[in-house]
Amino acid sequence: MLSFILRRLLIAIPTIILISIFVFSLQKFLPGDPVLAMAGEERDPETIAFLREKYNLNDPIPVQYLSWVGNALTGDLGISLRTNQPVLELIGQKLPVTIQLATMSMIFALLIGIPAGILSAIRKGTITDYVANIVALSGLSIPNFWLGIMLILLVSVKWQLLPASGYVPFDQDPLRSIQVMIMPAFVLGTALAATLMRHTRSAMLTVLTSDYVRTARAKGLTERRVILHHAFRNALTPIVTLSALLFGELIAGAVLTEQIFTVPGFGKLVVDAVFNRDYAVVQGIVLVTAVGFIVMNLLADIAYVLLNPRLRS
Amino acid sequence: MPQAADPMTVDAESLNDPVLDRKPENRVWKKFRAHRSAMFGGTLVAFFVAAAILAPVLPIPDPTATDWAAVRQAPSSVHPLGTDEIGRDVLSRLVWGARASLLAGVVSVLIAVAIGVPLGIAAGYFRGWIDAVISRCTEALLAAPFLILAIALAAFLGPSLTNAMIAIGISATPLFVRLTRGQVLSVAAEDYVESARAIGLPTHKVLLRYILPNTLPPILVQATLTIATAIIAEASLSFLGLGQQPPAPSWGSMLNTAKNFLNQAPWMALWPGIAIFLVVLGFNLLGDGLRDALDPREQ
Amino acid sequence: MTAIRLSLAAALLGATALGAGAQELRIGLNEDPDILDPDQSRTFVGRIVYTALCDKLVDITPELELIPQLATEWSWNDDATQLTMQLREGVTFHDGTPFDAEAVAANIDRSQNLEESRRKSELTSITNVEVLGDHEIRFDLDTPDATLLAQLADRAGMMISPTAAEEAGADFGLEPICSGPFSFVERVAQDRIVLEAFPEYWNAEEIMLAGVTYLPIPDTTVRLANLQSGDLDMIERLAATDLAAAEGDSSITVERATSLGYDGMTFNVGNGDRADNPFGADGKLLRQALSAAIDRAAISQVVFNGVTTPGNQQYSPESPFYAADYPVPGRDVERARELLAEAGYEDGVDLEVQVPNDPVNQQVMQVIQSMAGEAGIRISLQSKEFATMLADQTAGDYTASLVGWSGRVDPDGNIHQFMTTNGGINDSGYSNEEVDRLLNEARQTNETEERKALYAEARGILNEDLPIVYLWHDTWLWALSDRVQGFVPYPDGMIRLEGVSLAEN
Repeated sequence: MLSFILRRLLIAIPTIILISIFVFSLQKFLPGDPVLAMAGEERDPETIAFLREKYNLNDPIPVQYLSWVGNALTGDLGISLRTNQPVLELIGQKLPVTIQLATMSMIFALLIGIPAGILSAIRKGTITDYVANIVALSGLSIPNFWLGIMLILLVSVKWQLLPASGYVPFDQDPLRSIQVMIMPAFVLGTALAATLMRHTRSAMLTVLTSDYVRTARAKGLTERRVILHHAFRNALTPIVTLSALLFGELIAGAVLTEQIFTVPGFGKLVVDAVFNRDYAVVQGIVLVTAVGFIVMNLLADIAYVLLNPRLRS
Repeated sequence: MPQAADPMTVDAESLNDPVLDRKPENRVWKKFRAHRSAMFGGTLVAFFVAAAILAPVLPIPDPTATDWAAVRQAPSSVHPLGTDEIGRDVLSRLVWGARASLLAGVVSVLIAVAIGVPLGIAAGYFRGWIDAVISRCTEALLAAPFLILAIALAAFLGPSLTNAMIAIGISATPLFVRLTRGQVLSVAAEDYVESARAIGLPTHKVLLRYILPNTLPPILVQATLTIATAIIAEASLSFLGLGQQPPAPSWGSMLNTAKNFLNQAPWMALWPGIAIFLVVLGFNLLGDGLRDALDPREQ
Repeated sequence: MTAIRLSLAAALLGATALGAGAQELRIGLNEDPDILDPDQSRTFVGRIVYTALCDKLVDITPELELIPQLATEWSWNDDATQLTMQLREGVTFHDGTPFDAEAVAANIDRSQNLEESRRKSELTSITNVEVLGDHEIRFDLDTPDATLLAQLADRAGMMISPTAAEEAGADFGLEPICSGPFSFVERVAQDRIVLEAFPEYWNAEEIMLAGVTYLPIPDTTVRLANLQSGDLDMIERLAATDLAAAEGDSSITVERATSLGYDGMTFNVGNGDRADNPFGADGKLLRQALSAAIDRAAISQVVFNGVTTPGNQQYSPESPFYAADYPVPGRDVERARELLAEAGYEDGVDLEVQVPNDPVNQQVMQVIQSMAGEAGIRISLQSKEFATMLADQTAGDYTASLVGWSGRVDPDGNIHQFMTTNGGINDSGYSNEEVDRLLNEARQTNETEERKALYAEARGILNEDLPIVYLWHDTWLWALSDRVQGFVPYPDGMIRLEGVSLAEN
């Protein structure tokens, strides 16, 4: 097991190096001068020249890249050109927000997606199955930024039930924190619930036609027991694996949702940073996201091995 | 390692039945015809495609014709879906906007296929260092979130519909590289490919005659589903101001404007969203239907 | 993280200890401010936060008269090259450092010499600073500078603690320490900036709030919805299109003030090769034609619900410096066609305009596009992100640009650097000796009437040449919960919290 993890980590290294080179070179070619954006309305040439020097923007790009990598290895991801805050600190501030959002979406998606998937599988071919499938596909097809706008319009503006935006740290006021995040979590979780439902359904279908379920039925166990104890437990492996993978994607999927609901998380940070040409922030975020993505993949693999006794050896 | 089980990707093995490979067209078409939701999806798509193509001859006003006297008017008999922030007919902009959305969906997927499939074939067939290089690059791109990548690329290229299509196309490429590579790996191990190589058939003939045709079905399914994703991605970029630019209409940019008028003119935000939803649903249903039809296991 | 929480909790406790009735005000901002260092800051929105955080030497009235803040009185010598200021006594910075003449000298030195400083160009006229006593200081100038006091009424005149500045250097903005009515508690980027009342403030009796929190919420609809739901007490830059909704809500009041800035189209008339276009170097007639083709009043009506002020000069018609001899022209399509013909373009002409990719500016440009089209000027829009647009504009890589200016208290700030040869932000590349002379002279006299005459004369030339076609002046709109009392709108768009109180629920 350990060697398996180590091997996977080693393979991840070139991937991370490649993605960092890619992002680094991409933004060096972004039109719009970051220094000009920082110099403000007045754009004083002397200030511009100084800032260029200060942020080493006159060095050749490979030199800039290497110095960035050097610093990154010591845990220094640079400072935001816009606010002077260290990038690592910014990420530290934003990550908990997005993780909370992703967790709430995930819970929502699991609560809806899995029961719906099971139901749909055991009632295969009935109207329930058909409706569940259409609803799930609709969930996948709805543009979530539009769903967000419509919810704000109805729930916040028209009915004034929930706040339209904002963020309250969970440890400060848990109830309020959850209340503020219900809408964004719902929007972000919709597609996820649909995905989970479809996978649960297909995993359940595979299991339900397998021999041991047939055996269980033949033994005269109640249908409820057959489904929950035998079928679902076996269908769980791919679902858990998938959930781990999707959690990584959720963090990325938060980009537009956070934009709509003004949630001060990761996604909003990166979009604003791209628009403000805040290079250090974009680089830092992509690096952290890529690492996170790879870690989630690894966890998914480990979960897969652990849940599959046949693969444990 | 478990396959990254994204619902929008295709299970490569399932599409590889040698029995089906011999004369599959009739059976597939028959199954597809019987697939009610797929036919419904096809109808939805056909409807929007027809609207997009027929836009110039439909009895609707010029989508860029402004009318100061009729700014942000609620739906009426003159303007069935209302007017927008500078008095243009929303219905007309919706119909013309279908062009931008469909074009963006199709073209960006074509870009992704055109780059991704040859790379996938090269990686899967030649293996070795070619495979190593291509696979590492693919993984690196896959580790960067799709939308963030597309936003960065679109910002890099400058805001326009063409650039949005390129950005989305490039961001979707790794998906096709991975799919094609996996597919080629399994096809290349088949006996008939082995024998073709054994009798000394030149590489390009092996590729064209045996490998490519057998990798196409899953790519077709994946392409259909990716069109749906690409349409949403274009709408998202336009929503952030990075896609279609005014005065030409696109659904995403209509929503971008509409969000400033939610209080006064909610209909401006309603229709483009519904249109995106329906066309994306159409492509998703179509893709699902294709997958089922091409899957020998489902009956 | 925990440390911040603790200090926040402490701050909240401290706030309640201040006494009954003192409440925390929550203000929704249009965007997230940049670095909170008056010497390095560059955004308009940042100045809103400074208004509560940092006192200046001089302040303005809503009528733009200069009044004392940290300087209690001032005088000029006869040839207007020496400005002597008396400073307020008994003032301390938030860290306890006393405010005195040495502190002012250190602040001016920092604004002029900190390498990261964005204030250098605003204080170029000061060649020497003399500390005359504990609370008396003199600025020596190389030439008379009529704009100096107005600069000292803005970021260049904001006083930060010299002790803290010394210690933090260029990182001062992470924890800014000034002498204003509120002191810094914490900042979470893109989320909130929290300030608490400073008990030792020299004018503490005017401060009725225990603290103020600024929350950046870029989406105007969402900002308003938060005000309506009671999650905010006040929002700045209410969208003109949301005015009706806000006024229709009985629990909300709307305050307004015409801004000091302008919006218009800047043409490339001499900035690099691209000035060589029909509307460029020799395109005076075509620029006049475009100006005639535009219905400025209709833009204000259609895009801004009639809230903005149509304009044709660097300041709004309400300004005392507005040259009344050149009133805002009405639309004249006939005239535009004649001018087109005179320039040799009877069959129409193409014009490419770059525009920021935000909905409001794009809406304006589409309206103009449609108006100009009727006169035979075929406009194509080139949408760019603002950062890119500005870069291209500076580099001269454009023909025309829809761009605005946030405005300055002194009239010089809206015109000199734009229209003088090689001016700091002369992206147009405009150069006219007579205009240079007039604008330089206007800068060097303190006589208002004399300045007005000089500006009017320059306006005569500029309205003929039209390197910038001015279109409208924004109106600042603030929406407030009816619990907020005592707010006074200022044309600089700032939120001054003296006298503002928040009734309890």
